[in-house]
Amino acid sequence: MTMRLRLRVWRQAGPKVRGGFVSYDAPDLSPDMSFLEMLDVINERLIEKGEPPIAFDHDCREGICGSCSLMINGVAHGPMRGTATCQLHLRSFRDGQEIVVEPWRAKAFPVVRDLVVDRSALDRIIAAGGYISARTGGVPDANALLVPKDDADAAMDAAACIGCGACVAACPNASASLFTAAKIAHLGLMPQGQPERSKRVLRMVSQMDMEEFGNCTNIGECQDACPKLISIDVIARMNRDFLKASFFGGEERAESSGEM
Amino acid sequence: MELRAKIPSGPLAEKWDRHRFEMKLVNPANKRRYKVVVVGSGLAGASAAASLAELGYQVSCFCFQDSPRRAHSIAAQGGINAAKNYQNDGDSIWRLFYDTIKGGDFRAREANVYRLAQISVDIIDQCVAQGVPFAREYSGYLANRSFGGAQVSRTFYARGQTGQQLLLGAYQALCKEIARGTVAMHPRTEMLDLIIVDGRCRGIVTRHLVTGEVQPHLADAVVLATGGYGNVFYLSTNARGSNVTATFRAWKRGAAFGNPCFTQIHPTCIPVSGEYQSKLTLMSESLRNDGRVWVPRQPADARPPHEIPDAERDYYLERKYPSFGNLSPRDIASRAAKEVCDEGRGVGPGGRGVYLDFADAIQRLGRQTIEERYGNLFEMYQRITDEDPYRVPMRIYPAVHYTMGGLWVDYDLMSTLPGLHVLGEANFSDHGANRLGASALMQGLADGYFIIPVTIGDYLATAKLDKVGADHREVRGVLEGVGQKTKRLLSIAGSRTVDSFHRELGTLMWDKCGMARTAAGLNEALRRIPEIRAEFWENVTVPGSDAELNQALEKANRVADFLEFAELMCRDALHREESCGGHFREEHQTPDGEARRDDERFAYVAAWEYTGESSEPRLHREPLVFENVQLAQRSYK
Repeated sequence: MTMRLRLRVWRQAGPKVRGGFVSYDAPDLSPDMSFLEMLDVINERLIEKGEPPIAFDHDCREGICGSCSLMINGVAHGPMRGTATCQLHLRSFRDGQEIVVEPWRAKAFPVVRDLVVDRSALDRIIAAGGYISARTGGVPDANALLVPKDDADAAMDAAACIGCGACVAACPNASASLFTAAKIAHLGLMPQGQPERSKRVLRMVSQMDMEEFGNCTNIGECQDACPKLISIDVIARMNRDFLKASFFGGEERAESSGEM
Repeated sequence: MELRAKIPSGPLAEKWDRHRFEMKLVNPANKRRYKVVVVGSGLAGASAAASLAELGYQVSCFCFQDSPRRAHSIAAQGGINAAKNYQNDGDSIWRLFYDTIKGGDFRAREANVYRLAQISVDIIDQCVAQGVPFAREYSGYLANRSFGGAQVSRTFYARGQTGQQLLLGAYQALCKEIARGTVAMHPRTEMLDLIIVDGRCRGIVTRHLVTGEVQPHLADAVVLATGGYGNVFYLSTNARGSNVTATFRAWKRGAAFGNPCFTQIHPTCIPVSGEYQSKLTLMSESLRNDGRVWVPRQPADARPPHEIPDAERDYYLERKYPSFGNLSPRDIASRAAKEVCDEGRGVGPGGRGVYLDFADAIQRLGRQTIEERYGNLFEMYQRITDEDPYRVPMRIYPAVHYTMGGLWVDYDLMSTLPGLHVLGEANFSDHGANRLGASALMQGLADGYFIIPVTIGDYLATAKLDKVGADHREVRGVLEGVGQKTKRLLSIAGSRTVDSFHRELGTLMWDKCGMARTAAGLNEALRRIPEIRAEFWENVTVPGSDAELNQALEKANRVADFLEFAELMCRDALHREESCGGHFREEHQTPDGEARRDDERFAYVAAWEYTGESSEPRLHREPLVFENVQLAQRSYK
């Protein structure tokens, strides 16, 4: 059984060039293909005709590296819940269906080419404080620190974030709150993360604002788009941590401890 | 070329300590004067870059992905080994050392493997301190599970995403240093060549993948942590971007390549479903803790699995290897799967699959426990195959997963090129002819967090390094060479795509240099590869230019290297007239089909030296000396 799809794909030769949709007729596809394998097939056909292939980010193709993206018919990572584009298969679509494929759209994610965007703002949010400053060596035995199983599990739920940016793309405000809050929750739920907890939330939130992501207005599109189903509860947690840290002046306290 | 492994003298358990004491140190104030280039940001690269920067070195780190967090270590699922003996089940550093040496079929260095086992315990401490959310017991203590090739439970894990969590730990440590200004991070930047001045490695040449800019980056030492070359087979569990280019170019510049034919075929992957297939997906080995592997007793039994009664099933791993059963090592489990499929007893479309069945475990432990242990893996399986593994057994088949071979390094992880250090999967060092499950993460982090930060200091403190500027003759020469190659690729304008060549090469390699190899097959591959390569250079088509984001050009560059490297693999596989670990030569097997090693003739590391375009690579041998373990036929029966 083969499928035929009609695609409208965003093509843009570079960051400063005007982009637009180009239509592609894609016959002879298999429902067992992944969405990215379908793009591979289209690209092979384009290259054989001497046309430039569609640029898109991808790497592991098993839903964990967070490279792949794509707005598919207006939905980040397409119609299947809790699934990154690389694990979306054509069996989720109808034969003959028209599919619109766009890059992530956000001020903080400028288009690099076609479907590829620049997500380095997310790295800078982590660099602002998304870590525990444990330098290599000189740490206690792993079992010297007990972590209640429920806390470890909740931390893992948040730590499952793959940094794809779907939350930003899905948010009408282009907010990176889910991404930022997930890291804050992961580290804040662990006893190891307590000493830097206040400093961390203040710095990461401030970096998020500097990168021109929008504000969170509790719409909840982010958690629906998240391929790892991270809950917006982490955002409430971030807001609480942020208020507490602002109120008690976590930044001064952190600096007086001589860290960084 | 001389292979000097520089293994410290003295008793095995004291070698690393003694060596650390004997090495020269760089004083803290001088460290900031040294520049170190780290290529790759996976477990080995990120942990090395972060740790070196913490020590005070000026570090530049490079990755081809858009963020260092996306390196392929992220995809490792099952876990990381450590000889903590938290389970009180008889584990020890010695046992982890012995299991690893034996698992590698006695083709790794004792001293390196012992050090790895020693460091394994520090890695877990480090990762917990960083906040890695390892699985816990209700008591709050760390949980463990079992992996293949071991009879103790020493694997630490974070659901089925252990690699992700360990990598994020290293990535966050790296980010901390980027923020401090001690690491200059260069994402979307691919290394295309090395700069060698006066016989020492003094930097790299890169291409920026968005602007196309080709640039030199000079340094006092270079660290390659660029992963393995499994994608030479086209289909593998590696990420699409994983490639051999960095290590292969280093080989051409004079670094010896160790045991290139040692590749690991992982037994539990989702079978190939169509010609468009772009990669294979691994199902973690941890599943074999609870899943039972079987095929029908009778060939061509087309009944659905639930209609086949127990008496008509062959749980062949449990039958052939009663003491290790479903947790037999990867090479053995893979070959056994191939064997039953060759007998016509394989299941699923094309008959290239075996069942991994959880029915018994679900009955014994309940669905909820299985969900907790493997939930995300089951979901992934269902998404890809559209089948529910809680109700029907998974279908699995072996696939290329890891490469034990890599650049030859000494005990200090330095290649035969002074100043060029190689870490993680990119080196050949610790896994011999077969890697045990949950040992790759251990090795990557041991190399990056704990070994290179010490050994690189010894190199820098003793090497005489003159200043090298960007206008140096060697630098200009390398830049020119890189530019010419790119131009040549773009100018061929033939009629075949890069992927079509890659697929053709991959199929040939899987058939002739895959799970079972013969002299005839390897000779045929050695005849065919130059033909495919010649056609590639005459008939490939690469659209676009070199001054833009050009993914077809990136691929072309990598495939061009695979087309040369494949020959080296086959040559190595042909010369090694024995079977060991993942290298199975059909001519060399026991009557019951097990690998037959030849310790008299092949207890050595094969290190290949590049000798030029028109001459054959030269083989050097590093004899493997076993003073602490007795060479024995590996038995898991």
